[in-house]
Amino acid sequence: MATTLARRLAAAIVLCVLVLAAVPAGAVSIQRVVSPGGVVAWLVEDHTNPIIALDLAFRGGATLDPEGREGLARMVSATLDEGAGGLDSQAFQGRLDDLSISLSFSAGRESFSGSLTTLTGNRDTAFDMLRLALTEPRFDPAPVARIRSQTLAGLRREAEDPDSIADKALMATLFPGHPYGRPAKGTPESVAAITADDLRGFVKRRLARQNLLVGVVGDITAAELAPLLDRTFGALPPRAAPWDLPEVAPARADTTVIRKPVPQSAISFAQPGLKRDDPDFYAAYVMNHILGGGGFTSRLFNEVREKRGLAYSVGTSLYPLDHAGLIVGDAGTANARVKDTLGQIRAEWRRIVKDGVTGDELKDAKTYLTGSFPLRFSSSGRIASMLVAIQMDKLGIDYLDRRNGLIEAVTMADIDRVIHRLLDPDKLVIVVVGEPEGLALAK
Amino acid sequence: MPTRPRQPFIPLFAAVLFAVAALAAAPAGAGIFNPETFTLQNGMQVVVVPNHRVPVVTHMVWYKVGAGDEQPGKSGIAHFFEHLMFKGTPSHPNGEFSQMVARNGGTENAFTSADYTAYHQTVAKDRLPLMMELEADRMTHLALTPEQVEPERLVILEERRMRTDNRPGAILAEHVNAALFLNYPYRIPIIGWAHEIKGLTIPDLKDFYHRWYAPNNAVLVVAGDITAAELRPLAEKTYGQIPRGPDITRRRPTEPPQMAARRVVLRDPRVGQPSWSRSYLAPSYLYAVNGRDEAADPYALEVLDEIMSGGATSRLYKALVVDGKLADNAGAYYNPGSLGPAKWVFHANPAHGVSMETLEKAVEAEVARLLQGGVTAAEVERAKKRMVADAVFARDSLRTGAQVLGAALAVGRTVADVEAWPERIGAVTPEQVMAAARAVLGPAHVTAVLLPGEAS
Repeated sequence: MATTLARRLAAAIVLCVLVLAAVPAGAVSIQRVVSPGGVVAWLVEDHTNPIIALDLAFRGGATLDPEGREGLARMVSATLDEGAGGLDSQAFQGRLDDLSISLSFSAGRESFSGSLTTLTGNRDTAFDMLRLALTEPRFDPAPVARIRSQTLAGLRREAEDPDSIADKALMATLFPGHPYGRPAKGTPESVAAITADDLRGFVKRRLARQNLLVGVVGDITAAELAPLLDRTFGALPPRAAPWDLPEVAPARADTTVIRKPVPQSAISFAQPGLKRDDPDFYAAYVMNHILGGGGFTSRLFNEVREKRGLAYSVGTSLYPLDHAGLIVGDAGTANARVKDTLGQIRAEWRRIVKDGVTGDELKDAKTYLTGSFPLRFSSSGRIASMLVAIQMDKLGIDYLDRRNGLIEAVTMADIDRVIHRLLDPDKLVIVVVGEPEGLALAK
Repeated sequence: MPTRPRQPFIPLFAAVLFAVAALAAAPAGAGIFNPETFTLQNGMQVVVVPNHRVPVVTHMVWYKVGAGDEQPGKSGIAHFFEHLMFKGTPSHPNGEFSQMVARNGGTENAFTSADYTAYHQTVAKDRLPLMMELEADRMTHLALTPEQVEPERLVILEERRMRTDNRPGAILAEHVNAALFLNYPYRIPIIGWAHEIKGLTIPDLKDFYHRWYAPNNAVLVVAGDITAAELRPLAEKTYGQIPRGPDITRRRPTEPPQMAARRVVLRDPRVGQPSWSRSYLAPSYLYAVNGRDEAADPYALEVLDEIMSGGATSRLYKALVVDGKLADNAGAYYNPGSLGPAKWVFHANPAHGVSMETLEKAVEAEVARLLQGGVTAAEVERAKKRMVADAVFARDSLRTGAQVLGAALAVGRTVADVEAWPERIGAVTPEQVMAAARAVLGPAHVTAVLLPGEAS
């Protein structure tokens, strides 16, 4: 039995090396829909189920929160669906519930996003609820007070959460004096200071047609969508208030330890990376996958977790911002083993700089990254959010067809170049939250 | 916050939370998933959930064993074993499984609950045969060495620190379960108690494997761009070659009548935000809980849970948060999908400056209003309509159908049972809702309070 299986498996391995027939991304075809009024949306039609998912984003997010009003974008995202037009909070939420319409907003550092899901039968009402929220939000005192109270409670919780503390401290350390260094969710003081006029001002200045990106997936045709786009977004102002953020290089710093009485220390670390439009982005993306990216196969996963059992979770990723680039990572380990864990992470940093990667590692990384790409098309909502992300990053409507080619084109020379351009163990900025032992010796 | 990178794919017991979320969103719609099903000669059940959006499949094998099946003193072994399933077989030693999945562009993970353990990969359709060969191989050929087991034990202890020991709320939750279930094994944490994780031996782990991992104790679920006609020959060639194991019966202790209210309080300086909850023992689809004078119908209780906690216009949120301004959040949850008894949990976070006593009285007032004033026919209809509408959304995602059907079959429920859910929800009457309320909302509950400050 075992031998039969083994033989068959050996055959299967050979087969999969020969046949790299991954899923054609073309299985999902994108239409660019332009409304009579000039609103653009990317659409993937799929009439399998009577469902429509819409995602949207406005460029400009929490990074633009005014000094002393940190948390404003996020507060808007939580109050936009708390009453609009003639509907107060309960009436608005009640109508969404009754019709099984999901509508929600969120604020990232560089964008403000929304998400709508509806049954086809309630399509027009759903789009109208979205229009109301974006263009006629009420910001009544009671729901604003309620959301503020919830936000403050969340901040109190995060103030004791080792991972959140580590992330906040890391960004503050890397970007002193730059908006990236400020807490995107705000502070108790800044959230308390936000007024209803601040919320209204945000909507007026930030939510405009010019910085709007829309992705739609599901049971709707281009001809049906076009007029709906005008009805939904036509009343937004044409342009957002301009903004200008400086480019910024992440600061260097010594390891920071924040004392918290927890048995496991949270470790966050970063070093300078690159932006999304950098010509080396794909080389860095493949390199990161080998060093500490997703899956059970990265070097950090193998050395820190698999071989030594130092951590349950360890990994790195590229974190490209609009005006800076980072490679970020994290790990969680018992206080007594923080020193060993950091030592292993630094050792892997040094090893890849010294020896580069092997041909097999490069080949395996490419196979994984290209083969797994289409697995992301797993639901209407996920595809809609990808449509917006591709527009956000200005990758072009043919990106899904080009993307795997960009990964395939990465050569060993590209990887070597990007390693030497980027990776430097001495530039690692590290924050540890917990009661780590013997850390002075970690370097 | 985006500075936190993606976690590596982790075989995590709490990924079950994901499954529970899927369950909550999924059960609905006339014939929800329309799966095909058959059984191999060795007793392995097979379910196919069609979804043809892209040529991709999710392949899952569910074993009918979870933390609730562990021997006394061996807590955590089901989850520990889940981690070890990635270590190697004679044909594929040293983590080759994950390397092969990755080389084929697949993503993978696994999770352990109190009732089941599941392993899954999502791959391009043409890679499915390889995934089936690999998964079939490790069903019976796993080889365990101390060199593999010992580092993994450390990983699991780190996992426990991360999920539980670092989080006061999770520590309290362990104590709540130990109080709520007087005798049923759900009183023991899925990840296990740290001292027992440390004591598990390789013979323990091998015994566990031989006892529970067999085709007749497993369910294969494949969702995606495939039909049963396509899958059957592949299943027969892989899993079908594995001999049937001995018949397996899950024997678990049962719960005695509960008589007394219990209160569990944790004070911890690491608590940033206090919270309150009250848990009631409740029926599952498979486990009747004897109420004081009548049995509660789980479907009626699901409708009631929706009335009490479904969204911003629900009774609890409206009374405690919107109108009463006593809480920042309030709700309830109930999942009757378990093999053993379920729980119906009310929870709330007090608004700043509101005492726990005030909050608790306000929740009690809502419960009293329910028991005395009942529910209206309109409330019941509104809740049912929303729940049934969710079925259409459940069909959309590649994973949801596989999760829901796998979780159901792994506790011994049937495909027909899952598919009948919208019909059964649709048939619930206001009288049944109130009968369920009276049966479950008795005096023998567990109140849990999480507070900042020093333990006294």
